[in-house]
Amino acid sequence: MARPYIPSLDLIEPAARGEIWAVARLISRAEAGQPEVREAIGEIYKRAGAAHVIGITGVPGSGKSTLVSKLVRKLLDAGERVAVVAIDPSSPYSGGSILGDRIRMSDLVLDPNVFIRSMATRGAVGGMAHAALDVVDILDLAGFDKIIIETVGVGQDEVEIAKSSHTTVVVSAPGLGDEIQAIKAGILEIADLHVVSKCDRSDANRTLTDLKMMLKDGLGGALTRGWVPPVIGTSSYDDEGFDELVDGFARHLAHLEGPAGQARREQISVFRLKKAAEALMLEMLRSDPSFEPEGKRVAARQTDPYTAASGIVKHFSTEKTHV
Amino acid sequence: MSAPIRVLLAKVGLDGHDRGVKVVARTLRDAGMDVVYTGLHRTPEEVVTAAVQEDVDVLGVSLLSGVQMTVFPKIFALLEQHKVGDMIVIAGGVMPDEDVEELKKMGVAEVLLQDTPPQQIINTLTSLVEARGAR
Ligand code: B12
Ligand SMILES: Nc1nc2c(ncn2[C@@H]2O[C@H](COP(=O)(O)OP(=O)(O)O)[C@@H](O)[C@H]2O)c(=O)[nH]1
Ligand SMILES: [Mg+2]
Repeated sequence: MARPYIPSLDLIEPAARGEIWAVARLISRAEAGQPEVREAIGEIYKRAGAAHVIGITGVPGSGKSTLVSKLVRKLLDAGERVAVVAIDPSSPYSGGSILGDRIRMSDLVLDPNVFIRSMATRGAVGGMAHAALDVVDILDLAGFDKIIIETVGVGQDEVEIAKSSHTTVVVSAPGLGDEIQAIKAGILEIADLHVVSKCDRSDANRTLTDLKMMLKDGLGGALTRGWVPPVIGTSSYDDEGFDELVDGFARHLAHLEGPAGQARREQISVFRLKKAAEALMLEMLRSDPSFEPEGKRVAARQTDPYTAASGIVKHFSTEKTHV
Repeated sequence: MSAPIRVLLAKVGLDGHDRGVKVVARTLRDAGMDVVYTGLHRTPEEVVTAAVQEDVDVLGVSLLSGVQMTVFPKIFALLEQHKVGDMIVIAGGVMPDEDVEELKKMGVAEVLLQDTPPQQIINTLTSLVEARGAR
């Protein structure tokens, strides 16, 4: 049965009480970038900020989803409420997607302290990194202590999301080629924690050694922030390495209590601000009525594309606009 | 720009026939929809919980094992319980005509059986979601 549209502001209280339907609906609207939801996101932002946000990234097939499922179990055992945002790429051809990360997390579904949400990257349309951080705030409002974001470590948006968490984990796996894949993908340096997954495999030692050597050679990353990223071997099949991983999170969180944490939060906020501004500008720009007439003038060679474009940009940035 | 239609496709119970559901998943993805697939052997509780968390426009259940008359009443009761009685539910797979009629009375919006052409599946979902309107 159809029901009337519930304004986003009215969803805040039920979401804050942890009512899943309201949390889920707010997320859909944030993901779609609906202008209507922005005022609510603004309210939610003021009330959020308590959760520990963990980004987990690595190439497809490196074992992230399986690892997340094991990790969540550990966090639940420690009494935490955990939300997972699993991001998979959209098809560049159709814009659609098949989101299958949930399959690996099936064991967790009925636990009342777990919330799992799948998101697609939307390809070049952009704005998804921005939406993902709104989603994090909604989950934070709903009382989740740990929010885990799984993203594929290729593509700018995905890497930016991983970077925008408090603690970033880069997963490398044996058996996916003899290089550390994170090097090729250019994401090794964003790691606060390194994981070598699938350590039940005999070739995992080699991956561990290679990675440690590369880190010694200074290819590592977080060092500049006064933190030495540990390398942790895990096996999701044998349930190994997860105590070390959870301990790594606790230590990194403690590290963030200091000045490093302040810097990190500011850096994330600057990123969000930029993304929010980009989204608004794109939206205004795309709906600017001067494209048609200016396009005609460009076609008639009365003006050139750059002059016309800078005219449009100037015009809309001086116009009084509000969200 | 409107958001893609979100669909959750589920297989419930011991039914191991997953060719059809995978065909449907690809068809809908290629039509630009976001498709969450839960994998085989889920319970109605798991399927509904996932559908609520994913806030899908359409919950699609694929059944070729003959248990539709026990599964769908459970699904509708659970949807009510989760305060999402308005979710669009559709069914597909192999089932007799008399069950199809009963299922529709129960609230299943559409039942798409063997040999349904891809375009018909796409059109059915699109028009159901359009008819529902913004949410
Ligand atoms: C292939 C097949 C198998 C394969 C399955 C392989 C696999 N991984 O899928 C194997 C050999 C493993 C198998 C095993 C069995 N099978 Co079998 N199998 C079939 C068969 C021949 C074809 C099914 C198929 O894949 N069709 C092709 C796909 C593309 O079509 P589809 O699934 O119908 O999907 C289409 C539509 O239904 C629709 N659709 C499907 N799901 C959804 C969901 C949504 C949301 C939407 C919108 C649309 C939609 O869209 C699809 C595209 O048009 C059917 C007979 C038949 N004609 O259907 C029997 C059949 C389904 N099997 C049957 C049986 C009994 C079995 C076994 C119990 C046999 C046994 N005694 O061991 C086992 C059970 C296995 C199990 N654990 O479930 C019976 C079921 C009887 C019933 N429902 O009362 C059937 C009908 C055969 C018969 N006439 O008796 N089977
Ligand atoms: N040997 C081994 N294989 C694993 C392990 N974890 C995951 N895999 C396998 O690696 C593949 C990819 O796993 P998945 O979690 O989906 O990776 P993702 O793409 O990074 O999310 C699957 O075939 C898993 O079964 C592990 O601990 N050991
Ligand atoms: Mg995955």
